[in-house]
Amino acid sequence: MEITKTSTKPKVQEHDHHDDHHEQSFITKYIFSEDHKMIAKQFLITGIFWAIIGGAMSSLFRIQLGFPDMDLTALSPIIGNWLTPQGKIDPEVYLALITMHGTIMVFFVLTAGLSGTFSNFLIPLQIGARDMASGFLNMLSYWFFFLSSIVMFISIFVEGGPASGGWTIYPPLSALPQAVSGSGMGMTLWLVSMALFIVSALLGALNYITTVINLRTEGMTFFRMPLTIWAFLVTAILGVLSFPVLLSAALLLIMDRSFGTSFYLSDIYIAGEALSNQGGSAILFQHLFWFLGHPEVYIVILPSLGITSEIIATCSRKPIFGYRAMVYSIFGIGVLSFVVWAHHMFISGMNPFLGSVFTILTLIIAVPSAVKAFNYIATLWRGNIVFTPAMLFSIGLVSFFISGGLTGLFLGNSVVDINLHDTYFVVAHFHIVMGSASFFGLFAGVYHWFPKMFGRMMNRTLGYVHFWVTFIGAYLVFFPLHYIGIAGFPRRYYSFTNFETGRIESFIDLNTFVSFAAIITFAVQFLFLFNFFYSIYRGRRAPKNPWNSNTIEWTTPVEPGHGNWPGAIPKVERWPYDYSKPGSEKDFIPQDVPLSKTPESNMPDDSSR
Amino acid sequence: MNLIIGIILLLSLAVVFLIFRSTEILSVAKKKIETSFEDSNNTNNAILGVVFMFVSFAVIFWYSYDQFENYFLPMASKHAPEVELLFWVTMAVTFTVFIVTQIIMFYFGYRYRYKKERKAYFYPENHKLEIVWTVIPAIVLVGLIGWGLVKWNNIMGPAPKDAEVIEIVGYQFAWASRYPGPDNELGNANYKLIDVENIVGIDFTDSSSLDDFMPREIHIPKGKPVLFKIKARDVIHSVYLPYMRSQMNAVPGMPTQMWFIPTKTTAEMREETGNENFNFEIVCNKICGRAHFSMKHTVIVEEEWEYIKWKNEQKSWIEKNPDYYADFIKNNSTDVATLND
Repeated sequence: MEITKTSTKPKVQEHDHHDDHHEQSFITKYIFSEDHKMIAKQFLITGIFWAIIGGAMSSLFRIQLGFPDMDLTALSPIIGNWLTPQGKIDPEVYLALITMHGTIMVFFVLTAGLSGTFSNFLIPLQIGARDMASGFLNMLSYWFFFLSSIVMFISIFVEGGPASGGWTIYPPLSALPQAVSGSGMGMTLWLVSMALFIVSALLGALNYITTVINLRTEGMTFFRMPLTIWAFLVTAILGVLSFPVLLSAALLLIMDRSFGTSFYLSDIYIAGEALSNQGGSAILFQHLFWFLGHPEVYIVILPSLGITSEIIATCSRKPIFGYRAMVYSIFGIGVLSFVVWAHHMFISGMNPFLGSVFTILTLIIAVPSAVKAFNYIATLWRGNIVFTPAMLFSIGLVSFFISGGLTGLFLGNSVVDINLHDTYFVVAHFHIVMGSASFFGLFAGVYHWFPKMFGRMMNRTLGYVHFWVTFIGAYLVFFPLHYIGIAGFPRRYYSFTNFETGRIESFIDLNTFVSFAAIITFAVQFLFLFNFFYSIYRGRRAPKNPWNSNTIEWTTPVEPGHGNWPGAIPKVERWPYDYSKPGSEKDFIPQDVPLSKTPESNMPDDSSR
Repeated sequence: MNLIIGIILLLSLAVVFLIFRSTEILSVAKKKIETSFEDSNNTNNAILGVVFMFVSFAVIFWYSYDQFENYFLPMASKHAPEVELLFWVTMAVTFTVFIVTQIIMFYFGYRYRYKKERKAYFYPENHKLEIVWTVIPAIVLVGLIGWGLVKWNNIMGPAPKDAEVIEIVGYQFAWASRYPGPDNELGNANYKLIDVENIVGIDFTDSSSLDDFMPREIHIPKGKPVLFKIKARDVIHSVYLPYMRSQMNAVPGMPTQMWFIPTKTTAEMREETGNENFNFEIVCNKICGRAHFSMKHTVIVEEEWEYIKWKNEQKSWIEKNPDYYADFIKNNSTDVATLND
């Protein structure tokens, strides 16, 4: 990429004419594109594809849980031999469905689809760069993700079915094909796919970090960066530090599976045979997995928090409350996320003393999270709130972040976790705090930056309908699961008919209700898809700065070309949150407006922002 | 049936499309730019937020109250009430925060919805306020953690010396249990000795294994500490006793343990729940394969005298399987000596 230095003016101008004037072929423009905006759209579309698959899978297993007697023979053209002769979902298929649902949603949708889309799209536009530091690596990042997607997709159809040991793939279950049929070919492909995925994530993350550090435009100091960029930066750092550990965990698992090593295996008698593996530790895998797994939770949620910080400030027409506190809490969460992993393992058999240490560390991380929630609410106070669909989804995110974060106080306290561990309470907790909240961040981002992505507006009314049904639906799906969890119902159960005598009846109605809500909520997402795809071609033309926003991506043309700004890159003169500044006639002052032009609204401490 | 579903789908698609086109055309006709902030929907959304919140609160309160018996399990171990007390105090704290923050948020949404004549209040920071809402959660958390850790150490600490020791072995897809017998000592076991009959791999060259017995159901005495020595044969399982508020994973290659003091007998629980078929059960709570959902084992809690009586009636494993034992001694005496080296 020739455009690497943008911080000095003369060089910027040298490039100006270069960027607009060459027609690209279809392949370089849409397929092997090195333009960050196109790559972002590729990530988004692939993410949407995976979200449909992941959502459809959840509808299938919710049918099993909510309507256990339903005859699904009518679905056999689609899911074929996944059904038992009675027309019910096979128990191993059920396990495969929950495994793939988790894998797809966590990695392919909420990591690649969310971070991949918005880090790629917003970093260069919001820091004032013509593209990523390395357009080529960026392209590779997408195509490794694409390869990984293909492998994962193929794994759904192989003999024996896809991986079925839960998305956490704990060995020995995932290491021994004798233990469950999904641990055969399906698991091999899962591991290959994840290895490719990690390569993709690393290429992307290194690029994001480099770009944010090196390619900020003149005047864009670190503390003038929008919170989105801070969130993407910390997310990328987390990814770089933690994904390699997952790779090593996966490699050792591959060795155990295929080359007879005993990293995780010891003293196993299965399928009428005592295996020769000795001296391995099944717990080791859990440590390695969660060393990624926990930061991964924040890799999923931080970009959403960044996106909503931006949207809540813009749509409240107010500066984000406590900008620096927000930055520090992002960093605090990032650092702490590396030292809390074993709270997933309180009852794994590890030393109880470790449990004590991780309880303390885990509950400390609640403090910066609480600060973020309070700051969001303080931003709303005395604002002038415009409920665009993006703003509604952002408020929905804050609601989820609070209600799901609070249940973390139960699970993070080791002694309370003893009884709640691996029950539906956990399912409720993380589906609200990281599933729904992150998804809402994703939706908010799409609604908010759609005009910049496609030069057109999405339909608002459909956006409102989409929001309300999804918001209410998500609460109806996940809130009841708390009760089922408190009652001690284990997760990953195919059915509760064999569960403790006398409690079979307890939650049949509630489960049916949850399944019903889940399927409706899933169905409503097609409304969003219709709105999304139809608006790409037929939406109303977007104005240049539809939300009256301060950040500099809105100073680009409605549909920015390769290089983003046709002329020089604007110089950044102020922080991004000068909304409703006293004295100013308009309620927003874009970042590229110099202080010298706004004497009426300048404040004594402006220079420190 | 399929036809009806198909028609419903088509109809809803048509409705969506109509909404889309009509609102688009309407906004074009009004020459309204999408960004126009003066939008009747703005107020509607703000009101909907408040309505949603109050309806949700009402439903949550009603369900939590009405269904309490259904989701709150009776407590049947000595530490259960202590854990539950911390659980419900945490619940009180979090539920209050939940209610207060959601009310404030949706109220702000309504109170400060967009009005053209008003300008938002430029309020970028307030250090005092931020310090307050950093320090208060920190203090509350320290309290919850401190309390939790004391209880955690008690529950996970070493079992009392007089505890009844029982070995629990998980395998796809059932549990086995082994009692030490009159000598109060579990004999050695080795996974390489496992076969169809000797399912936990008891090593009969160890004399303390000779009186070990393996009942069909686990019996434990009320009011005495019980220590489970937990093993897994193939994949990870989890010994979960919801009524005891006790849980511990069973890990192949790494013995684990948990202990508790039962406080209610099965008979007492049958009376309390009004269910004459009630049984305590160990349920597997770690995904372990096809029949994970049906992997369970009955646990009978009885008065101590009943327990002692039951124990004395049990025949040792070798007494029940004399032929196996004879063969074992013939074939394995030398092999096992090397195995145990």
